[in-house]
Amino acid sequence: MSPLRRFLRMPEALAGTAILAVLFAMALAAPLIFPGDPQAIAGPALLPPFQDWSLPLGTDRLGRDVLAELFHGARTSLAVGLAAAAAALAVGAIVGTLAGFAGGLVDDVLMRITDAFQTVPSFLLALAFVSAVGPSLGVVVVAIALGAWTGPARVARAEVLSIRERDFVAGARVIGMHPLEIAFREILPNALPPVLALSSVIVAAAILTEAALSFLGLGDPNRVTWGGMIAEGRAVLRTAPFLSIIPGVALVLTVLGVYLAGEGVIETTAVRRSLS
Amino acid sequence: MNRALILLRRRLVGSVFVLLIVVIGTFLLLELAPGDAVDAYIVSTGGDAGMIELLRHRWGLDQSELTRLANYLWALLHLDLGQSVTFSRPIRDVILERLPTTLILMGSATAFSFGLGSALGIYAGARPGSFRDRFLSVGSLALYAVPGFWLGLVLIVIFAVDLRWLPIGGIESIASTKTGLARATDIATHLVLPVSALGFIYLALYLRMMRAGMAEAWRQDFVLAARARGISRRRIVLTHVARNALLPLVTMLGLQSAQMLGGSVVIESVFAVPGLGRLAQEAVAARDTPLLLGIILVSAVLVILINLLVDIAYALLDPRVGASEAGA
Repeated sequence: MSPLRRFLRMPEALAGTAILAVLFAMALAAPLIFPGDPQAIAGPALLPPFQDWSLPLGTDRLGRDVLAELFHGARTSLAVGLAAAAAALAVGAIVGTLAGFAGGLVDDVLMRITDAFQTVPSFLLALAFVSAVGPSLGVVVVAIALGAWTGPARVARAEVLSIRERDFVAGARVIGMHPLEIAFREILPNALPPVLALSSVIVAAAILTEAALSFLGLGDPNRVTWGGMIAEGRAVLRTAPFLSIIPGVALVLTVLGVYLAGEGVIETTAVRRSLS
Repeated sequence: MNRALILLRRRLVGSVFVLLIVVIGTFLLLELAPGDAVDAYIVSTGGDAGMIELLRHRWGLDQSELTRLANYLWALLHLDLGQSVTFSRPIRDVILERLPTTLILMGSATAFSFGLGSALGIYAGARPGSFRDRFLSVGSLALYAVPGFWLGLVLIVIFAVDLRWLPIGGIESIASTKTGLARATDIATHLVLPVSALGFIYLALYLRMMRAGMAEAWRQDFVLAARARGISRRRIVLTHVARNALLPLVTMLGLQSAQMLGGSVVIESVFAVPGLGRLAQEAVAARDTPLLLGIILVSAVLVILINLLVDIAYALLDPRVGASEAGA
C-alpha cells in the first residue's frame, strides 16, 4: 500500500489533517472575510456568543469581534509556529552535522553550547530575549527558535556519527570532495529524516510558547494573538469566561492537529522504519 | 557507590563549562538590551548628565566589554548577582526569598505527574492495543496539547469561581496567623490548582513514555521466559515489564526540570504564586534585565543540580551505568 493510502486509512491522521486544513483556510481567509482591523471596535462590549449573528462569537471587553480576532490570531499562531520550527530545525541540523562530522574539539565545543542551551529553561530564555530586544514578530520567532534547536542538533549529530563511516562518504573523500561539501551535500540530506520527524513536536511546542509569551504580554502588540486574547479575557474571567475559553480551545485544537497529522506522517513514511 | 562517584566527578567538570557558557550568554543578552543599569536607576530617581557619568564610572560601566565581563564573572564567583533596581535590594536575596515556593510547586507537580503518569502508563501498557490503552493514549495526546496557563484559567473558572472549592490564587491565606499543620494544609489547598495546571502536561508525557517502554519490553525474550516459567501475568507486568520501562522515565525527570521551571513562570503568574517564575515576569514588566538574568543563572544551576541528582539515582538503579569507567 502506498504511504498516502495508509495515511488516509488512519482516522487520527485524517482528523489532524482536517483540523490543520481548517486552520490554514482560516488564516488565509482572515483578511478576506474580516478585511478591517480585527482590533477595531465592532459592537457593544462583552456581548455573549450566539446572541447577535453579525457577531457570532460575541465581543470582548472593548467591543472587538471575537470571531475576527480568532481568524487573525490563527495567522499569527501558524506563522510564528512554522517559522520558529523551520529556523530551529535548520540551525539544529547544521550544528549537529558540523559537530558530528568534524568531531574532536569542534564537536566538544558545539555540544557544550548545546548543553548550555538545554540547561537554561527555554521559556525563560525566550522571555529574556524578547524583553531585551523588544517584542515584534521576528523577535518572537528567534526567541522561540533559540530554545528549540537543541533537540534537532542532538538527533542530527547522532545520525551523522553513524553515516560518516559509510562507504559513500569514504568514496567522496577519495574523489577529493571538500569536507564541508561532504558534510552538507552527502551526509546532511541522509541525516535529515529523523530530524524532520521531530518537526511536529517542535511546531506544536513553538505554537504553545508563542501563546504563553503573548499571554504574558510579550507578543507583537500590533497583531492579534490567541495568547493575548486569553490574557484579555482573564480580566473578566468571572463574568465572561468564554473570552478566555474560546481562543484556548482554538489553541488546543491547533496543537492537537499538528500532533495527530505529524504522527500520521511519521507512521506512514519510511521515517519510523529507519529510526528503529 | 564508587560508580556513582566517578560519574558525579565527570559530570561536575562538564557542568562548570556549561555554566560558563550560560554566564557569557546572559552577559551578551544584558549587552543586547537597550540601556544599562544607570539608565534604569536614573529613570526611577532622576538626575543630570553629570550624575550619569559619575554613576557609570563608579559602577564600572564605562570600561570595555571584556573588562566588564571579567568584573561580572568575578562578582559571580563571590555569589554576587548585582543589585535589583526594582527592589532596591541585592538580586541574590530577592531570588533566594522566592526560590522555596517554586521548589515546592515544582516538587509537587513532579511527584503528581510522575506518580499518576507512570501508574496510568502501567495500566495502559499492561494490555497494549486494548480499549483502555487506546483511550489513554489518545486522551494523553489531547492533554499534551493543552497549554498549562489556559488549563489553569479553566480550573479557576470551575473550581474557584463556580464551585468555590479551592482558593483562586496565592500561596496561603492573606494575613493568616495559622502555624504548623494548619498552615501546611492551607498552603496545600492553595497548591492544588497550580500543581494540577503545571503537572497535567507532564502526566501525559510520563504516561506515553511508560506505555511505549512497556510495549517495547513485552517483546523482549525475558518476558517470554518469565511466561514460560508460569509466572502470573500480574507479576510479569509489575516486576518484569514495568520495572524495565521505568528507567527512561527517571532520565526524563532530569530533562524535564528545565521545561517545568519555564512552565512555572506562566503558571505562577496565573495563580499569583509568589515564586521565581512570577519574579521573572515582574522583572520583565519592570524592565529589570539584570534581575531576569540572575533568575536565568539560578535556574541553570538548579537544572544542573537536579540532573546530577537524577544521574546518581540512575546509576544506583541501573548497575550497567558507569560500570565500564569504574572498571577501567
